[in-house]
Amino acid sequence: MHAVTVTPAPHSAPKPAHEWAVELVGIDKRFGPVHANKDVTLRFAPASIHGLVGENGAGKSTLMSILYGFYQADSGQILVRGQEVAIKGSQDAIGLGIGMVHQHFMLVETFTVLENLLLGHEGGPLLAPAVARARKDVQALERTFGLEVPLDALVSDLPVGVQQRVEILKALYRGADVLILDEPTAVLSPPEVAQLFRILERLRAEGRTVVLITHKLKEIMAITDHVSVLRRGAVVAEFATAETNRQQLADAMVGRKANLEVEKAPAAAGPVLLAAEGVNVVDARGVTTLKNASLTVRAGEIVGVAGVAGNGQSELLGVLSGMLPFASGTLTVKGEMLTAGSPYDPADARRRGLAHVPEDRLKLAVVKEFPAAQSAILGYHAEKALGRGWRLDWKRVTAKTAELMERFDVRPRDPSLRTALFSGGNQQKLVMAREMEKEPDILLVGQPTRGVDIGAIAFIHKQLVGLRDRGKAILLISAELDEIMALSDRILVMCDGEIVGELSAAEATEGRIGSMMAGVASGEEQ
Amino acid sequence: MNFFRRAACAAALTLSVVAAAPGAESEKTFAPAIVFDMGGRFDKSFNEGANQGAERFRADTGVNFRWFEITNEAQREQFLRRLAARNAKVIVAVGFSMAPSVEKVAREYPDVRFTLIDGVVDLPNVQSVEFAEHEGSYLVGVLAALASKTGTVGFVGGMDIPLIRRFVCGYEQGVKATKPDAKVISNMAGSTPTAWADPTRGSELAKSQMDRGADVIFAAAGQTGLGVLQAAADAGKQGIGVDSNQNHLFPGHVLTSMIKRVDVAAYNAFKGVMDGTWKPGHQRLGLTEEGVGWALDENNRSLITPEMLAAVTKAADEIKAGTRHVVNYSDKDSCVY
Amino acid sequence: MSAGTGPDNLPWWATGVLLPVINVVLALIVSAIVILAIGEDPLGAMWTMVQGALGTSEGLGYTLYYATSLIFTALAVAVAFHGGLFNIGGEGQAYLGGLGVGLVCLAVGDMPWYLVLPLSVLGGAAFGALWGAIPGYLQAYRGSHVVITTIMFNFIASSLMVYLMVNVLIRPGQMSPESAQFDKATFLPLVQDMAAAIGIQMNPSPLNFSLFLALAACVLVWAFIWHTRWGFALRTVGANENAARYAGIDPKKVIIIAMALSGALAGLLGVNEIHGVQHRLLLNFPAGMGFTGIAVALMGRNHPAGIVPAAILFGMLYQGGTELIFDYPSISRELVVVIQGVVILFAGALEHMFRPALVRLFTPKPAGV
Repeated sequence: MHAVTVTPAPHSAPKPAHEWAVELVGIDKRFGPVHANKDVTLRFAPASIHGLVGENGAGKSTLMSILYGFYQADSGQILVRGQEVAIKGSQDAIGLGIGMVHQHFMLVETFTVLENLLLGHEGGPLLAPAVARARKDVQALERTFGLEVPLDALVSDLPVGVQQRVEILKALYRGADVLILDEPTAVLSPPEVAQLFRILERLRAEGRTVVLITHKLKEIMAITDHVSVLRRGAVVAEFATAETNRQQLADAMVGRKANLEVEKAPAAAGPVLLAAEGVNVVDARGVTTLKNASLTVRAGEIVGVAGVAGNGQSELLGVLSGMLPFASGTLTVKGEMLTAGSPYDPADARRRGLAHVPEDRLKLAVVKEFPAAQSAILGYHAEKALGRGWRLDWKRVTAKTAELMERFDVRPRDPSLRTALFSGGNQQKLVMAREMEKEPDILLVGQPTRGVDIGAIAFIHKQLVGLRDRGKAILLISAELDEIMALSDRILVMCDGEIVGELSAAEATEGRIGSMMAGVASGEEQ
Repeated sequence: MNFFRRAACAAALTLSVVAAAPGAESEKTFAPAIVFDMGGRFDKSFNEGANQGAERFRADTGVNFRWFEITNEAQREQFLRRLAARNAKVIVAVGFSMAPSVEKVAREYPDVRFTLIDGVVDLPNVQSVEFAEHEGSYLVGVLAALASKTGTVGFVGGMDIPLIRRFVCGYEQGVKATKPDAKVISNMAGSTPTAWADPTRGSELAKSQMDRGADVIFAAAGQTGLGVLQAAADAGKQGIGVDSNQNHLFPGHVLTSMIKRVDVAAYNAFKGVMDGTWKPGHQRLGLTEEGVGWALDENNRSLITPEMLAAVTKAADEIKAGTRHVVNYSDKDSCVY
Repeated sequence: MSAGTGPDNLPWWATGVLLPVINVVLALIVSAIVILAIGEDPLGAMWTMVQGALGTSEGLGYTLYYATSLIFTALAVAVAFHGGLFNIGGEGQAYLGGLGVGLVCLAVGDMPWYLVLPLSVLGGAAFGALWGAIPGYLQAYRGSHVVITTIMFNFIASSLMVYLMVNVLIRPGQMSPESAQFDKATFLPLVQDMAAAIGIQMNPSPLNFSLFLALAACVLVWAFIWHTRWGFALRTVGANENAARYAGIDPKKVIIIAMALSGALAGLLGVNEIHGVQHRLLLNFPAGMGFTGIAVALMGRNHPAGIVPAAILFGMLYQGGTELIFDYPSISRELVVVIQGVVILFAGALEHMFRPALVRLFTPKPAGV
């Protein structure tokens, strides 16, 4: 069985033929004024899992894109198994045994798994012989690496975890010796993460090299052998995983002492400010995306909603904030009951003292093209204090923005700078400042720290806890289980559009939440 | 600096070239000009008719004339005024749309003579020339009725305006007077000025009329009419041309053309001023004045039977004599006969 | 407070002045080649155009008269643009606006012009607004794209006007489909008469009081878009409709209002053409100004401060083109249209052609290699 690979390199023994599987030496890359990679040297050992961590914009993705042939380095060398190579495109990379699993899968959803694997390797005008040959080869690969995938199922019918396995299998089928995974756990539930890690370990055992890009330090600690930390385009630290810890990695990432823990006192919950009872949301295709959701949020508590992305959390947030109409059920906002027909929209919600930090910052919460001052009044532009009558007084708006920036430490402190030119963390701080400035009685927060650097995360968490301590009700939706567990006083878990369980902060463990997220009933530990 | 000096020299040069053009001597004393409507100088129809008259004047007398084609409403007045200010002795304004501008500029320049074709302005220095299109259309209607084998004839107009309704009304009367049970299908090509310049649309309308049985189609639609004639010729049917003699376009397939002697009007205006016979006032050129008529030449002689010739001559004679009355749409803005 | 920098951080004068100048110069070079190809002197022709457009009081009058109409239609495009809408229907809205103006002027009899003007402005704006709001409604609630519907509405406007002019509003017993003339008292004063009153002699041109109306409209549009809460809502919808919904702004309402405002501005063209110049209702008076307004707005960066000079430039093209026809018998009106088209192409459609090069030029070189 000599498959389609260009570099067969049999892996009969884990004992490597070369000291390094891949070496990146002195890689330098600029995009106009941005220095994305500064003289980066990284070496990946065979039969190992190498972690690559760094904040957003630290240069991880650029570096891996250079290795995979999407970009060309301005200077520097790439060596594969000791040989200097030129990688001009992804085809070159594949030929050299480098495979990549992107954060967003590159699969044709209307094809079967086998057809996807075959894509680009049909080898001749007739499909049938190629299919038969591929099936045999793939089945052999599945056995070797413990990657079970239904070969004849349509990709669109498969859960994301399995789709990801298809991506891995695709890379292996093309002869990948070095496998790069970009944020592979972002879309997975904890059990799926565990399963992925078992696969990665198997790959390592078979002598393959895995490069794992992630910002989740816990995963780095759990599975990698080595870890490199990038900051502002340069490698700032390298460790053998066994000899480091999360705090040390976090400090290296931000370049100063990072605060990982959230300090908070026990909640002093007051009356219920926000409640939902049996709320259903039906989307345009007639699918019920939020099923019979009931919850309460009290004054002075943070209620966290955990769940794998796309399991109804967005719909829940949409309904509560007035962005999304609901088909049935009731909402109660500060004692006032609303039914499906009641007029309730975001402007209305704000008037009732409900503020909303949306999940998708750039899509909803700011206007990229606007100067920061204009993004800073989004949703509040009708406020009397900002002008007279129809007029908006930009002097007042700018002064107001400067004040918000000061209070929430938004940098640079320039209200006239375009919103898009602020980093994700500073954009988010501006949004938080805007939404918290009115001291809303109820705050809905979606993914407060997505794409936000570690320094800003601590700040944002502190602000949320502060608001809670001032007796406000907070509903927190996050894909980061750590964040949910660190901030929440009570935790709701969503799966497949339903709220499947509720845990108090004391009884919540990662295992229990994880199995509920994965749809295993009642949160028994696996 | 250099640029400006060169540019100024070039401009001066151009002016001097114009001034020194052949016939400059007579231009000083006599400068005729003509302003065409939006359709343009070579529309194979109305404006071109006027152009032919002006060209004939140039050929006869050796006197050059200035001409302009307007592209927007504001230019009507602008061109007229500019020509008047530059000592044009007579300005022919082609088309009814020129009327308000002629009226305005003629007041400002009482020494300049204006001839307005297809419109009426009552001023001592304006000559208004109108045509009895309904009479000419009546005659081609008679011919169409006799030439049709199916008993159904067609009419394709350009833009839907009273002028064109005058055509269709006269045509219809001629057809019905000849064959009372004949059917007239009529369509307008559109409601914007592009309706004058859309041969494709003309051809489509003609085809659809032929599908409904029409075998003779009268096109009064400027360039759009060329599409009508083409479609009729392609289908082996017959078209009827308009304004200029269009018989030669598709010999054997253009039954005749409803001629409107715009050329005569333009020629007479120039010649009249030159000879001192030009008179202001309202001229209505009908059959009697030979301002309208139907075209008979070697291209369509075989299509006109002696019987048709007799019928159309009789109708023409009766109209001239006043014994046969053709209703003019414009009299009552309706076609009741 | 308009954004000081573009998306690629070019200084405002580079996008607002340098880029248009480069485009116009390039257009002139191409036009010069065309003129050269037919055997005329390009420099002389260009000079004739400039001189003809600006050198005489008559030429200047015509240039500004064309510019007046273009300011209205370009402002219309700009207002819609800031709401994320591409209003191609300026032509039809102007047509209907002119109908509104004409109906008012016919109805008021011999009222003096300064009393008629507010009414005719209202009439033109209302009719234009209606003609813009319908496609706006169709876009907001029926999902029919406004680009398609506004084009359709141009045709409908044209057919409607022909019907009305030929069958209803025509002055009885006359050939051309035109209404009766308005009463002399209602005529807007011509700028030449206003100038004569203060002792300045100007040759006749159609330039009239509407010019001041157009300039006032510029100020109002500027204030509306950048200094009111409505303008903020409009720009938010234009930049990010989802964010607008999040901010509690109803995009559907904003779209309809934006299209109505846009149509109203286009409709004011009728004040210039019908109330100011023609003094009667007639066909085809917008004469493509609605479409040229798109190019003017593009070149003027959808900002009144850019639209005014761009409109004057295009006015110069129209008037200079007329002069060119007058003085160069070998340059036909079609060639003038070609020259105008080349400028529109470079200034409008190819607006971004030189942008990347400029961005490279303005991006600071990284210090130290």
